[in-house]
Amino acid sequence: MSDHAAGHTVGDTAPEVDESRRKFLIAATAGTGAVGAVLTAVPFVASWKPSESARAAGLPTEVDLSRIEPGQMATFFWRKKQVYVVKRTPEMLASLNSHDGELKDAKSENSEQPEYAKNDARALKPEVLVLIGTCTHLGCLPKTRFTPGDTTISADWPGGFFCPCHGSKFDLAGRVFAGSPASVNLVVPPYSFEGDNKLIIGVDSAAKGAA
Amino acid sequence: MSAVIEKKGGFRAWLNKRLPVDQFMEDQLTGYYAPKNFNIWYFFGSLALLVFVMQIVTGIFITMHFKPGWATAFDSLQYFVREVPYGWLIHPMHAVGASFFFVVVYLHMARALMYGSYKAPRELLWVIGMLIYLALMAEAFMGYVLPNGNMSYWGAQVIINLFGVIPGIGEGLTEWIRGDYGIGDATLTRFFSLHVIAVPFLLALLIALHLVALRQVGSNNPDGIEIKENLGSNGKPVDGIPFHPYYSLKDIVGVGLFLTLFAIVVFFVPTFGGLFLEAPNFEPANPTSTPDHIAPVWYFTPYYAILRAVPDQKLGALLMGLSVAAFLFLPWLDKAKNKSYRYRGILSKLLLGTFFVTFCVLMWLGLKPADGIYVLLARIFTVLYFAFFILLPFVSKADGNGPVPNRVTYNAH
Repeated sequence: MSDHAAGHTVGDTAPEVDESRRKFLIAATAGTGAVGAVLTAVPFVASWKPSESARAAGLPTEVDLSRIEPGQMATFFWRKKQVYVVKRTPEMLASLNSHDGELKDAKSENSEQPEYAKNDARALKPEVLVLIGTCTHLGCLPKTRFTPGDTTISADWPGGFFCPCHGSKFDLAGRVFAGSPASVNLVVPPYSFEGDNKLIIGVDSAAKGAA
Repeated sequence: MSAVIEKKGGFRAWLNKRLPVDQFMEDQLTGYYAPKNFNIWYFFGSLALLVFVMQIVTGIFITMHFKPGWATAFDSLQYFVREVPYGWLIHPMHAVGASFFFVVVYLHMARALMYGSYKAPRELLWVIGMLIYLALMAEAFMGYVLPNGNMSYWGAQVIINLFGVIPGIGEGLTEWIRGDYGIGDATLTRFFSLHVIAVPFLLALLIALHLVALRQVGSNNPDGIEIKENLGSNGKPVDGIPFHPYYSLKDIVGVGLFLTLFAIVVFFVPTFGGLFLEAPNFEPANPTSTPDHIAPVWYFTPYYAILRAVPDQKLGALLMGLSVAAFLFLPWLDKAKNKSYRYRGILSKLLLGTFFVTFCVLMWLGLKPADGIYVLLARIFTVLYFAFFILLPFVSKADGNGPVPNRVTYNAH
């Protein structure tokens, strides 16, 4: 240090340090470095996002509804999630009206569904129920408990879904019962119909707010 | 000491001039004085280091055959276990090693709680230790997901979805973590990378910092008094003895006992009745079939029980996070003058004892199905769990100030 200083001074007087200039240079260098570090992190962080091929694998799924009997459920895959498609019978639809008071979100105000499925049956056509088959609690598969009064649940059970992982219960419109760890109803994915018997999961219906 | 080094000739002197080997030994081992009243609880620090090294070594050899990825993970691990010479031994050493790691770490943490080792001046030592614990949880979780068994899949589903409860960014965050709309190839390969490179590096760094911080403040002891405050004529603590050879030798006894137990489990009960390796993980991941009962491995179950005890998803996840994070604040929650619980009142002892019992009961509850009496019990013990952290400032302030001895209590043997 002394050698260095000696090279720039004459006599005994040390060169005057321009403190504000030094401060500015320190701040500018450190700032540029920090901005560079953050920008460099962008490609690495972004590399974790789903790739184009992963996105392409999430294209819409077509379902032939004529192969599902009334009262039965079939499952399909869309975006690596199971989608439950239930053909509801008139009795099943009737069961929905009996227990609004026991539900956390009977009107689906806080739940996730397209606008056209935000109704009492949570469906575009009441007889076809389409749900993402992952529990809104932590993503297990709710199991079907369609029989009213199912002895494994309770005598006044109206029929619905039961998640074995943490015990969440849902009715036949995927609405969650109070006392379940899940806070919101099962998610309804975007879907639409082509003709009478073709269901497209992943493409929104043009119908808005149909009841 | 440096004078001693200079007297030596030959290779040793040549080496020390270029690399301070003797100086390092002197600073870290032979000249590092530890309290002479260490008891059996002081085995677990060095044992944790042993298990860490063991996990690295067994991990390296598993990696030579394991092929991460959705289609290859399960089969390649089965191949390793069934066909590769001694794969049947090396894989259970790794899997059982994970459980033993947590056994040792939990006992190490319990020791710190009993003797107040987290209190000033060791707050940072404790915080670094907690960061090790967090990194270890991440490491263990990803290790459990890698084989892509059915419990791997559904366990990962539950844990990753925990991030989905964060308002606004939740869904995007879970997609970012998985690299797909669901757990798939992208998830397994990035977990592999993190499990074998990133987190082990981080752990090694944190362990090094933990040891540096320990050398700086010195070890606590069962009496919780500072040996540095009572120095002998040689400038060393009168109640201290050199770490090497005294404690290095003592630790070898601990290692012997530990490895005996470890070998018994590895050879005779590697799954430990489903606690160390769960039955559903012996079948490949199946997105169409949830195991009837999803439970994480035992070392996560106390927190899992807290998560399930709350009938609201966001609050449950929040409490679960808090239950882990609460440990970080212990040094500042404990207002006692004395460190060790030996010199605290009956209320303090009761409080800590209740906490230990609560932790174990929650551990057991997390393994049970979430219905009936278990939910009620989980709620009661969740309250007790947090009661410890809430009451600690008051209880410790009230009866943690009794007289302490000047010298450590110690019986020569």
